[in-house]
Amino acid sequence: MSHRFFLWPEQASHHAGQVDLLIGAFGVMVWLLTLPVFVLMAFFAIRYRTSRDVNREHASSGNVWLEVSWSVIPFLLTLGFFVWATALYFNLRRPPADATTINVVAKQWMWKYQHGEGAREINDLHVPMGRPVKLVMISQDVIHSLYVPALRIKQDVLPGRYTTMWFTADKPGIYPLRCAEFCGTDHSVMGGRLIVMRQQDYADWMARNRDAGEDETLAASGARLFRSAGCSGCHGAASAVHAPPLEGLFGGPVGLSGGRTLIADEQYLHDSIMLPNKDVAAGYRPIMPTYGNVLKPEEVNALVAYLKDIGGGEPGTRQEDRDE
Amino acid sequence: MSDAALDIDRPDEEVEDISYLRAGHSLGSWFLTTDHKRIAILYLVSITFFFLIGGVAAALIRLDLLTPAGDLMTNEGYNRAFSLHGIIMVWFFLIPSIPNTIGNFIIPLMIGARDLAFPRLNLLSWYIYIVAGFITLAVVLGGGVDTGWTFYTPLSTMYANGMVVATVVAVFISGFSTILTGINFIVTIHKLRAPGMTWSRLPLFIWSHYAVSIIFVLATPVLAITLILVAAERLFGIGVFDPALGGDPLLFQHLFWFYSHPAVYIMVLPAMGVISELITSAAHKRIFGYWFVAIASIAIAVIGFLVWGHHMFVSGQSIYASAFFSFLSIAVAVPSAIKVYNWTATLYKGDIMIDAPLLFAMGFIGLFVAGGLTGLMLAMLAIDVHVHDTYFVVAHFHYIMVGGTVTAFFGALHYWWPKITGRLYNETLARIAAVVILVGFNLTFFPQFMLGYEGMPRRYHVYPPEFQLLQVFSSAGAALLAVGYAMPTFYLLWSLRRGPRAPANPWGATGLEWTTSSPPPKHNFTQQPVVVRGPYYYPLEHPASRANA
Repeated sequence: MSHRFFLWPEQASHHAGQVDLLIGAFGVMVWLLTLPVFVLMAFFAIRYRTSRDVNREHASSGNVWLEVSWSVIPFLLTLGFFVWATALYFNLRRPPADATTINVVAKQWMWKYQHGEGAREINDLHVPMGRPVKLVMISQDVIHSLYVPALRIKQDVLPGRYTTMWFTADKPGIYPLRCAEFCGTDHSVMGGRLIVMRQQDYADWMARNRDAGEDETLAASGARLFRSAGCSGCHGAASAVHAPPLEGLFGGPVGLSGGRTLIADEQYLHDSIMLPNKDVAAGYRPIMPTYGNVLKPEEVNALVAYLKDIGGGEPGTRQEDRDE
Repeated sequence: MSDAALDIDRPDEEVEDISYLRAGHSLGSWFLTTDHKRIAILYLVSITFFFLIGGVAAALIRLDLLTPAGDLMTNEGYNRAFSLHGIIMVWFFLIPSIPNTIGNFIIPLMIGARDLAFPRLNLLSWYIYIVAGFITLAVVLGGGVDTGWTFYTPLSTMYANGMVVATVVAVFISGFSTILTGINFIVTIHKLRAPGMTWSRLPLFIWSHYAVSIIFVLATPVLAITLILVAAERLFGIGVFDPALGGDPLLFQHLFWFYSHPAVYIMVLPAMGVISELITSAAHKRIFGYWFVAIASIAIAVIGFLVWGHHMFVSGQSIYASAFFSFLSIAVAVPSAIKVYNWTATLYKGDIMIDAPLLFAMGFIGLFVAGGLTGLMLAMLAIDVHVHDTYFVVAHFHYIMVGGTVTAFFGALHYWWPKITGRLYNETLARIAAVVILVGFNLTFFPQFMLGYEGMPRRYHVYPPEFQLLQVFSSAGAALLAVGYAMPTFYLLWSLRRGPRAPANPWGATGLEWTTSSPPPKHNFTQQPVVVRGPYYYPLEHPASRANA
């Protein structure tokens, strides 16, 4: 990070440019609406000051058409910007299906990342350039917020609930990454760097991590955990316990004992492990013990990665789900 | 004040009606008074005290931020400083500021009443406020809290250090003071208007206080409930907000902002009422678009209840909810814009005295517009994702709450000072102070818009060195702003002893409060006033319109 003074933050993505364009255009409109007010206010105050003998005849104290026009015209103009800003925001909240998923766990006062290929990082996050990256984030304690100014994006990171954020960085470089939601004593030093690498550099970096021992994919470590934490004892194929099989579960609909149906997404898998009595699958008794105090968020992420591996694709993307 | 304003041809006050200031000199005559004017003075002294405490916290923050490493305080100390700054300024200064001092004093005078509808309740409001204030002071002395004024869960309920429960209790108690004031104002405005003071003849100051009273009564209980839940979770582990206990942290944010967004309008609506009075009085002209300005206050109060979700665009709430709240936040800007355009139009062909109240009013309009339009930027979803929880937001709400409300408060204090104290202040010094405040304010907070857009999060004790230059500008501005705020303290206090005696109507303004003596007699009017025409009636002829309107 440079120590130089700068007037405008760097743009590391197409989206960043879009946001700058939006605020620039909106700023121009705002000045066009405001400047006349400021100028007229000063002009009237000086021209009609009490010592001046000027024409004060026919001073009006109301005009409905004037009122309507200065209410409606700025409102309609602003609505145009509302549509633009909302479209950008919706796009920001809908990650493409082919995005690379990286898990983020926030805790007081650090960021932990788990790459699908197995690499783990703290505070500094390496991502490939030009490829959509989706961060699936959860907090271990209080609310945090992952903020990358160069991408013009942030997303709060909540305890007990996954939130996601996606981006495509298109300029290699090192950008600051900060916590934006006040999270206690060392909030201001809870930061790191987003390191955007050319795809070949990224692949090399990932290979170096593999050589250094991080050679087990997240799903594979989830599979190991699935046995060691005792999940397979009930959910395994050979189990005598009446527990739902988990193959093919992810991304498909699940009927619940209350009669509701939901899609088995990351949040559902997370809650079923941490709060098993929240949504019990139809036809099964609520006998699963809670792992709320047993597993760390990183371990739950690994289990979820494994369950995704043996399940379908992304939620709602499988053909048979759409047909149903 | 202009010389022309002084030649009031009003007969000397009837001697039997001694002023409220001379009606009793004992401590009991002040601390057990039910006179709305004396209670207003009690409030004025108390909120000034808390403004000072909150200001000291702000000074510590700005000093500390001179260096990126924050050499003055520890991380924890910094967090406690900004938490106390926010809590004291919001609940112990800004919310009671205009309504409980100026409003308390002026509302009965403006509508031709002898007092508020419930004088003893009014005194009780002040005592409740003082009890809450003492608890807050105890928290300050006991080391404070590090939750921020927003008390976000589960930080506040499970993780924060410090005296969270005591602070929450103090804010909870202060809420009852607010609710009682709201009830008092609503009943007073409904029931105690002088003969002929119809709703269409109410001064706009009354309309805006009516609107703010609605918010007082409807929003404050929600805050009270929310804070009780925070205390219950922290003390007894009752899971409401903490997911580890089966709670939902976003529920807290919904409840908190359901109060706290309307609370912003609690701060700004009375200020708008002040500005309508200041502008018309300075211009000696009827307000442009009376009904639009009046109804805009009510519209702000109503729509203001439906925009709280714009604090939560990046919290994880549904994107459709976000779009809805974004739209409504744009809609709530319309009545504010209507007011600004009407104030400007009121100046057209006016007979304008450029005195301190007008300078404060014009300062208010400029700063409020800047704060409002950056608020509109924040309502734009894609922009908010970038600048949410940065200095951009800090700058925005200081433009509204400090640039807006505090500037209007000073304007009101100057405008009604002769009425309240019976003395005239030094106009030259006041004009200088108005300009110093305007310049100091912009120097303090404009750099913070830039800091925010460049990506500096709020509530950062330690910050990257590239932000230092702008932080230094901001701190320098804060020093100038402190001078600007200190000046009135001196010349206003000086005027109490040495200022010339004020006539009944030094500004040549309309409004019933200017028909009684300065300071008013204990029961406000020697005869029951009867209202025969609408507000802001200034005859067109120039310059005879000046005094004696």
